[in-house]
Amino acid sequence: MSDVAIKHDEHRDDIGAKLGMWLFIFTELLLFGGLFLVYAVYRNIYPEDFHLGALQLNVTLGTLNTIVLLVSSMTVAMSITAIQKGNSKLSMRLVLLTLLLACVFLVNKYFEWGAKFEHDLYPGSDLVLQFKRGSIIFFGLYFFMTGLHMFHVIVGMVVLMVLWFKLKNTTINKDDHVLLENGGLYWHLVDLIWIFLFPLLYLVT
Amino acid sequence: MTTTIPYKSYLEPHGKYRGLLDWLTSTDHKRIGLMYMYAIGVFFMIGVLLGLLMRIELFSPGETIMGPQTYNGIFTVHGVIMIFMVVIPGLSAVFGNLFMPIMIGAKDVAFPKLNLFSWYIFICGAILAVLSQFTGNGPPDTGWTFYAPYSTQTGTNVIMAVTAAFVLGFSSILTGLNFIVTIHRMRAPGMTWFKMPLFPWALYSTAWIQLLATPIVGITLLMLIAERLFKIGFFDPALGGDPILFQHLFWIYSHPAVYVMILPAMGVITEIIPTFCQRKVFGYKAIALSSIAIAGVGYLVWGHHMFTSGMSFTARWVFSFLTFVVAVPSAIKVFSWVATMYKGSIALKTPFLYSVAFIFLFMIGGLTGLSLGSLATDVHVHDTAYVVAHFHYIIFGGMGFAFFAALHYWFPKMYGKMYNQRIADIAWLINFIGFNILYFPQFVLGLQGMPRRYFDYLPQFETGEILSTIGGFILFAGLIMMITNLINGYRKGEKALDNPWGGSTLEWTIPSPPPMENFDTPPVVSNEPYDYE
Repeated sequence: MSDVAIKHDEHRDDIGAKLGMWLFIFTELLLFGGLFLVYAVYRNIYPEDFHLGALQLNVTLGTLNTIVLLVSSMTVAMSITAIQKGNSKLSMRLVLLTLLLACVFLVNKYFEWGAKFEHDLYPGSDLVLQFKRGSIIFFGLYFFMTGLHMFHVIVGMVVLMVLWFKLKNTTINKDDHVLLENGGLYWHLVDLIWIFLFPLLYLVT
Repeated sequence: MTTTIPYKSYLEPHGKYRGLLDWLTSTDHKRIGLMYMYAIGVFFMIGVLLGLLMRIELFSPGETIMGPQTYNGIFTVHGVIMIFMVVIPGLSAVFGNLFMPIMIGAKDVAFPKLNLFSWYIFICGAILAVLSQFTGNGPPDTGWTFYAPYSTQTGTNVIMAVTAAFVLGFSSILTGLNFIVTIHRMRAPGMTWFKMPLFPWALYSTAWIQLLATPIVGITLLMLIAERLFKIGFFDPALGGDPILFQHLFWIYSHPAVYVMILPAMGVITEIIPTFCQRKVFGYKAIALSSIAIAGVGYLVWGHHMFTSGMSFTARWVFSFLTFVVAVPSAIKVFSWVATMYKGSIALKTPFLYSVAFIFLFMIGGLTGLSLGSLATDVHVHDTAYVVAHFHYIIFGGMGFAFFAALHYWFPKMYGKMYNQRIADIAWLINFIGFNILYFPQFVLGLQGMPRRYFDYLPQFETGEILSTIGGFILFAGLIMMITNLINGYRKGEKALDNPWGGSTLEWTIPSPPPMENFDTPPVVSNEPYDYE
């Protein structure tokens, strides 16, 4: 037995890393949990205004985006399976595909928000301020919730880009791919939150 | 064959840089703990000076040294600094980082880089908080609670202060996450959950509160910012919102945050008392599990801050009942501490004196908390100086004195040197007396009707206010004496032994100051902690 000291950077604990990621995801869910609580309170106070507000949203675009995100969750999961089987090229391609789908989501969102702004349906606009109070809250919540979600999409995209580079220089490989798994978990979180936002905002009519 | 590793203290340079950069790039948990301590020490002194300014203003009725707007700014800044930058990170970020990994027999925390990153986030948040005082249209004047609708309408620099609180919360979450994973994954071989010392147990419960409660205040503060920037109206009745909802969301975090402050403090006391009584801690499991119970029940009592804000009667009695329930596990701890002392061979050293002071002050703070938690009395004393006295007894008398206890207890381990114990004892006495003269009169003033957060008062309160200000100066003198003594100890104190107090936990088995990676060989644990028999 020679030197028994273990350097920090040699310390590796995949289960610990995943535990940490799950805890972080838990805090993210609680962050949105606070918003869902606020949503529940106001929907309870203004059920009719929420119904009317939801009618104004574009269900087609929303559905399309739901499908896009669900597929992107699948591709990121496939990239993890690919690296587990040692096919890093395929894994990289699937991460790129996920990024592409994320872009599609953002482009759709751009058109959706753009149309709302064109019709003066944004918080603080003269038109919205004349609405009934429940509708003001509904549009406030719509923009705040989807906006915060969009921010998470962008963070997720940055994470995916970093993962792509780490796959490229083989920091992530067949034997050490916990980073990709954690990144994938984060992307699933982004997807999961949208799955709750979509019915709450678009389908409550 | 074994080779011995040459001993090198963590305080000596070890990275590729020298001087300050060597520290700023170090992921060593002990160094990060010390960096937290220096930062928090500076913020604490700023907070103390602001508090002293308020006491001077209240020395006599009418305007003494500042007008109402300045006073509003100062109590807000005092609150923001003391709550978000001193007491919430305080014990867990400083002594949790310094000693929790050693006490569980680990070389570091689970995510050392994340740990350093949390420190940087903390510093960013702190800079924002300090900047909010000097930029924009004057310091925020909402109080540290940022209550809507005033906080959505005042022209002062609320957004920056709120952003600071958000950023500091993020740092707190990451520290909590790090500690949970560390305690789950990195305990030394043989250290089962119920062989773990009680300070790590307390930190474990604390970390869960940090993790579960902080995101709620995060989203609340984001909503407040959005409301100010985009007129969304979550909390503005004119736009359909409800200001009471802000209070609910705010206290869902901020009440558990009180337990983020006090649980590690209780953990420190639980370490110190067995050491200075040389006796096995009484009710180990009861203390460990009561931390979890406090964390759990403490999550469900936030409504007691809002008895006068407008809530249904059912909600009020339920919150009042739960408030009484959460007092039970706290009392279990106090009983266990006292029972540990019984028939122990007590050494009246400085850390023990601070611990006894903690128990005394915490009892006063806790019992007055119960009178605030019952519905009828709360209506009478709500928003009076009584509340101010109560939470200073808990936060300063509790967490603050526990911090001083920890500082005096672990100082020889941290620096390998000993402070002058006689001066430390005298400073303790001055602090204890000054503290009580400062805050006890405020209980009486509050019962007589002196409101909190007022820069002026009726002449009949003058005696109490003067007494309180005198106490403030005594406490300030004691603090200066304590800090000077510690700095002198660091600079020219005599060399400390590896185990100066006869402690039984793992940090006393390694040299003072500890080497870089704590243990030459990973320790194997077979005994229960506090095994003095």
